[in-house]
Parts: sequence; C-alpha cells; structure tokens
Amino acid sequence: MVKEIERAGIPVVHMCTVTPISMTVGANRIVPTIAIPHPLGNPALPPEEEKALRRKLVSRALEALTTEVEDQTIFEV
Amino acid sequence: MKLELGFTQINDIQFSKECKVDNGTLYVDPEAVKAFMYEDDDVKAWVKDFTFDVAKPGESVRITPVKDVIEPRVKVEGPGGVFPGVISKVDTVGSGKTHVLRGMAVVTAGKIVGFQEGIIDMSGPGADYTPFSKLNNFVVVAEPADGYQDNKHEYEHAVRIAGLRAATFIGELARDLTPDETQVFETYGIKEGIEKFPDLPRVAYVHMLQSQGLLHDTYVYGVDAKRTLTTILNPTETMDGAIISGNCVSACDKNTTYHHENNPVVKSLFEAHGKTLNYVCNIITNENVYLADKQRSSDWTAKLCRLLDLDGVIVSQEGFGNPDTDLIMNTKKIELQGVKTTIITDEYAGQDGKSQSLADADPLADAVVTGGNANEVIVLPKMDKVIGMLDYVDVIAGGHAGSLRPDGTIEAELQVITGATNEMGFNRLSAR
Amino acid sequence: MSYKVVHYINQFFANIGGEEMAHIEPELRDGFVGPGMALNNAWKGEAEIVKTIVCGDSYFAEHEAAAKEKILGWVKEIKPDFFIAGPAFNAGRYGYACATIACAVQDELGIPVLTGMYEENPGADMKNKILIVATANSAAGMRKAAPVMAALALKMMKGEKIGASCEEGYMPNGIRKNFFEKEIGAKRAVNMLVNKLNDKPFTTEYPMPSFDRVAPNPAIKDLSKATIALCTSGGIVPKGNPDHIESSSASHYGEYDITGVDDLTSDKYETAHGGYDPVYANEDPDRVLPVDVMREFEKEGKIGKLHNIFYTTVGNGTAVASAKAFAAEYAQKLLQAGVHAVIMTST
Repeated sequence: MVKEIERAGIPVVHMCTVTPISMTVGANRIVPTIAIPHPLGNPALPPEEEKALRRKLVSRALEALTTEVEDQTIFEV
Repeated sequence: MKLELGFTQINDIQFSKECKVDNGTLYVDPEAVKAFMYEDDDVKAWVKDFTFDVAKPGESVRITPVKDVIEPRVKVEGPGGVFPGVISKVDTVGSGKTHVLRGMAVVTAGKIVGFQEGIIDMSGPGADYTPFSKLNNFVVVAEPADGYQDNKHEYEHAVRIAGLRAATFIGELARDLTPDETQVFETYGIKEGIEKFPDLPRVAYVHMLQSQGLLHDTYVYGVDAKRTLTTILNPTETMDGAIISGNCVSACDKNTTYHHENNPVVKSLFEAHGKTLNYVCNIITNENVYLADKQRSSDWTAKLCRLLDLDGVIVSQEGFGNPDTDLIMNTKKIELQGVKTTIITDEYAGQDGKSQSLADADPLADAVVTGGNANEVIVLPKMDKVIGMLDYVDVIAGGHAGSLRPDGTIEAELQVITGATNEMGFNRLSAR
Repeated sequence: MSYKVVHYINQFFANIGGEEMAHIEPELRDGFVGPGMALNNAWKGEAEIVKTIVCGDSYFAEHEAAAKEKILGWVKEIKPDFFIAGPAFNAGRYGYACATIACAVQDELGIPVLTGMYEENPGADMKNKILIVATANSAAGMRKAAPVMAALALKMMKGEKIGASCEEGYMPNGIRKNFFEKEIGAKRAVNMLVNKLNDKPFTTEYPMPSFDRVAPNPAIKDLSKATIALCTSGGIVPKGNPDHIESSSASHYGEYDITGVDDLTSDKYETAHGGYDPVYANEDPDRVLPVDVMREFEKEGKIGKLHNIFYTTVGNGTAVASAKAFAAEYAQKLLQAGVHAVIMTST
C-alpha cells in the first residue's frame, strides 16, 4: 500500500513493527514501532508516558518525511 | 525416548448414565462431564452453562463457532499425565504407554471468543476440507457468564480448560481398554542416534507456535509460548498433549490441540525414521509480535540447528501475515547455517488467486509445501441442524456481510473452515 | 454438433520444409494438417479442426503486423469455437509466433485459445496471458503433448472449470488454484526434504515471488506548511464499523472525516482487524492511528495541517492486489486534496 502512495508521487513513511516485511515489499521510509497489537502505544505504561512515547515515534516519522533518502531506510527510534 | 500408543477405534457416541467404552461405542453421561469441568474455578467463574451434542460423519450438521478440537487420551504407563502443566502436574511426558480414543474428538463451541472461530460441516462440500468431519464429535457448547465481553482473555482461558477437562474425563475411560492397535515411536540421544544410523541425514522438525497475543496463543507444559525461548522437545512429548492450543487465529490455519496431539509432521518423520533419515528432535519456536522477539527466536532456531549438527529440517507455520516473517527469518537463517529446509505454509492469494500468497519472501525458501489458498471462496449448503449458532458467520475471519444468505447457505472463504489449510500439512489440499 | 477449431502450425510441421522455407507467407488449408491429426483424433468427434493456418516462422517474426492482420481476418471469418497453436516444443521463433497469435486471437476476437511449448521457449514468457501447455523440448514429445492439449482444449470449449496447473498440464500462470494432492502436506514435505538432502530434483509448490521497487519521493521541505494524512492497515473505524469492513480479506477501504476530532476514544472508534488481539487498539485507537499527537503537532505549528480524512483498511489476509488497488485509488484522492505527505501505520 505504501508503494502505491509513493508511486502516486506523495512521500510516505511506514510505521510498523515488522520492518522485515516492510523491507521486502519495498517501503522507502520506515519507522519501527512497538508491537503489532499496539504499534504506537504501550499499555504497560502510565497514560502520560505512553503519550510521550507516541509523540516520540510520530516525531521520528515526521523527521523521516523531511529527510532525503536514496534507498530503503529504517529510521530507528 | 520411547512411547507406545494404544489405539481404540470409536465408531459411535451415545449419551448414557453409565460412562464406558464398549465395542467401539463411547457411552458418556454429559452431566458427569459437566460436573468434572466445573471442578475448575475459572470454568465456574466464566461459563454459565454447557450443552452437549454429538455430530457424526455424513450427518447434515454444522458446528460453529468452533474453538478447539481435542482427542481424548490417557497415560497408562510412564511419568506424567496428559496435558502436563495444565491438567496434569508438570512432569516430562512422552515415554511409557498412552491410550488413545481414535476416530472421535471433543469439540468446544459456542459464543465467539475472538473473530476467528470456525465451521465444521459433517457432510457436503465443506466436509471435504476439514479433517474433523471424519470424526465422531462430542460437542461441548459453552455459554459465557455475564460480563464476558470485557473479560475475553479470562473467558478464552475458561473455555480452553473446559475442553481439555472434557477430553481428560473421556480419555480416562480408555485406561483399562485393550487397544485395537499399538504403535511404538522412539528417537535417540544425539550420540546414540549417530551410532545407530551413521549414514542417514540428521533431520529435525522446527515447529513454529502461534504466540501473537492473549487470544492467539499456544501453551507448552502450561507455559505461554510467547514467554519462551526456542527450545527442544522429544517428538513423543507432543503425543501426550505437551502442546495445547489457546488460539483464536483464523480457523483454517490454526493448529487445534488435536493437530498437536496428532502432528502430521511428527508422524511422517517417524515413518521415514531409520529408513531415509534420522529423526533427531523437535525444535519449538514462537511467533511473537515484537520484532526483537522474532529476531531472537529465529537466531536461536538457527543456532540450535547448527549445534545439533543437522542436515535438514522441516519448518511448519501457524497463522499468516506477520508470522510469514517468522517463517522466512527462520528459513533464511537455518539455510545460512548450511542446514537444508523444507517449509509448510498456506496462501492468501486473493479470491481470484492472482495476488501474492505470502507477506514475506526470500529466495532461500526454495522448497515450499502449501496447504492451499485460504481466500478461495466456497458455498456451503444449508444443514438440517446447527450445533452452536450461526450468529457469527458474517464476522468471523473469511466471512463478510451477507455470508449467511437468507436461504441458510453460506458463501465464504475457506478461511472459515476449521483446519482447511493446515500448515502442519495435515491435509491433502494444495495449490499451484 | 462438434466444436469448430482452427489450428496454427509452421512450415516445418506442415511438411513444407525447414529453415529454407521459413519465409513463406500465411496460407489457409482445409481440415487438419500434420500434428493436427493427433489432436483431432483425441477429440473423438467432439471437436474438429476445420481449418489449418500455416505460416513460416521467419515470415511471422519479420512481418508480425501483416501476418497477424491476415490470420486474424481469417479466424474472424471462420468464427471457430477454439484456436489452438503448435505445440512448438523448443523452436524459439515458432513458440513466439504461437503465443503471439494465440494471444491476439484471445484478446481481439474473444475466442478461447491454447498453445504448447517447452518451458524455456521464449514464447513461454507469455504464460501469464494465455494458457500454455508445458511440453518436452523436441517433437518426439508430440505423443505425450497431444492428449494433454486436446483434453485441456476440450474442457475450455465446454466451459468446464479448469483445475490447477499441475493437474491440467499448463504452465503456472500466476493464478493460484486449490486442488487435492494424493499425499498429505507433511508427507510431501518429508519427501521434498529427502530429495533436497540427496541432491535429487524437487519442485517447490510455491516459487518465491520477486517484488518491484518504487523510488523514494523527495522529502518535505517545510513541515510547518505541510498537510499530512494518516492512513492505516490496522482497521481503525468508527464504532460499530458502519461500512462493514471485513475482519480479514477486506473487500473495500474506509474513509472517515476527523474534522474537530482531537483524540480517538474508545466510545467512538474501534478496530475491525481480525488478525491481532484487538483489546489494546479498542482501549485507545490512537495506539494504532495517532490522531491525538498529530493534533498536538498541528496546534504547536510543527506540522501545517492534519488532513481531515483518514483512510483505513484491514491488512489481515487481504490480498496484496486488493490492498494495492485500494491504496492506488485513495492516493489519487490524497493528491487531489493537496496532501503533501502520508504516515501509514500497520499492525
């Protein structure tokens, strides 16, 4: 799906837990996330900390969108 | 380790006050089964009531939503008891003697736990796709206690335990039977095996266990598989119920407890054991949702394959989607250790069969056996009798709005049928 | 009444000559010629070759447009029920001609077609467009190829369901079909492994695909002026799943307006995804689709704007081709709406 958005000319960042699949299918900007059932959260954390975690992850995704890449790149958090 | 299985064929199930197996017929008192299930506190807390039914091969009967299928067994010699760590105390099983009631199963059904419970048709086209249409099924339909929707994990646990208890109760009736047939299974220690079969390739079975979350889990000696590291098992341990299903992944490719007890890879490797290969052991590994876990578990699998000096392995999968990555990671890493692989999976190639079958891929996975395309659409005729309820046909995985048609027929993907595209290779179904 | 069939062969199989006669123009003959006899006999009167078209391989290769036009004109006039070409075995130009002309007949005249050749024949590159029966690499394989081609052709003429490639004898054409093997999967796996261990040939039941790549688009220059859209394959939908997106094998995607929504709460949103434990996503859907923090970034001026529509589907068991089609469609909507970048989340 990310590839189709990229193909349409829109830069896209893929936030996902299973980055190897993302690499195999060909996403270009990839941000690894927490876990499959809660990619952008962690139920074990208190609400404020969980929100802070999510801010950090999404900030990283925005950084990825503002970074020029030549090839498939994983933006580790 | 050496285990003798003694099989008694069950051709009929009758409700009766007296519980016994006589001349191929299981006589069972549902009230006694119920009382035994309710001895467990969690079952008491989360299951309001049980109803019972029997479904036989060829009948116009549909069982849905199906949660688990279990074969009744009882340990008659050797350490431990069936379902160790869950029903029996923790003790290493897989040696001595075990009696099996073959040709029948306990099927748990009832109000849905997750999206992913299945359908078993006892006749018609659907029956060709599920191995359980060929069995005499003792069906336990559970009715959840109030408030279960907010406590699905607890409810899943209760129904899981209830099914295992019902199977244990019935299995106990086989204790004093003289089996119709006995079979002996034995694997050897590393050095012993090499001395015995110096010229045969050393082969193990890499058994991937679904462990994605509380409703997608597998238990090994009572331990939740997602909290385990890759480890080794004697193949015969699985025959005594060392691995059980706690699983609500899509019905077609979830491994029920019955599949674990009758693991076809274990069976097929034993058939070749001492002839074309030396069956060393099983390696069990999980399919977790964290990438670090996937990496760690597949590293560990490859490491064990090397440490055991294996020549080849068979890898089986459970579920689909991100577990495809576990499958590919395992395969790739094992091949890179110089150990040859053959993998068993199934496909999600779209209803038209034109799409890509797996979520992940690698050229090193060059020997693949497939259980078929789970997206293929099937129309199931109306059945005279439904055990359970049809309320969930539209929402279970593989169903869609309108799957249940007004005339009682069902149009859905093979995904909805319990065991249809099993990734242990239980069936003959395949695709090209 | 028997089905009418037109057969296409080259100069060699028409017994005109070899390479020295490969220049001959297409000609039309009555009834069967050469290998057509074997096909005709196999149909036992249920189908019959009414005309045979003979064309030189070099002529076809060098004058493709003219050859095609002439042959299509004849076929159109004859109005056969079926068009069969070859088999070409390992003859490269003949194989190319068989596949090309059969494909043209199928696509332009809507007549079902079949050809046959060796797997490494260059004509076999078209196996995803037309059905091609796999044959031996020399004409000695005719005895084996004819009954397979004849049987499959007859099934196609009758409109019967075509089985899997390995059952019917055609080359795998990218369309996966289920069928029942003789042995169970585990047994097949053990046999395959034993062959692999002994360096004996084995055939995988699923050859690994290769993936195409799309070059990355340039980065966003000024985030504070950018409109960013959220999309997900994690199945986040308004509570009650109003568009009935399937829990697995989704047949459509959802698009939902989040104007004025600062936070996805459990009373208004949930997941329709059936592939993962839904408890956490249902408790707080922002864990899958981070509307809450994107709104904060919008207020803080870090991003220009959060696009007011989010696109959602269920990745679980959904065919890659469908997912592709969904994304291709909504990518156009995003473009038209002036969206500068997309954050796609997956579970």
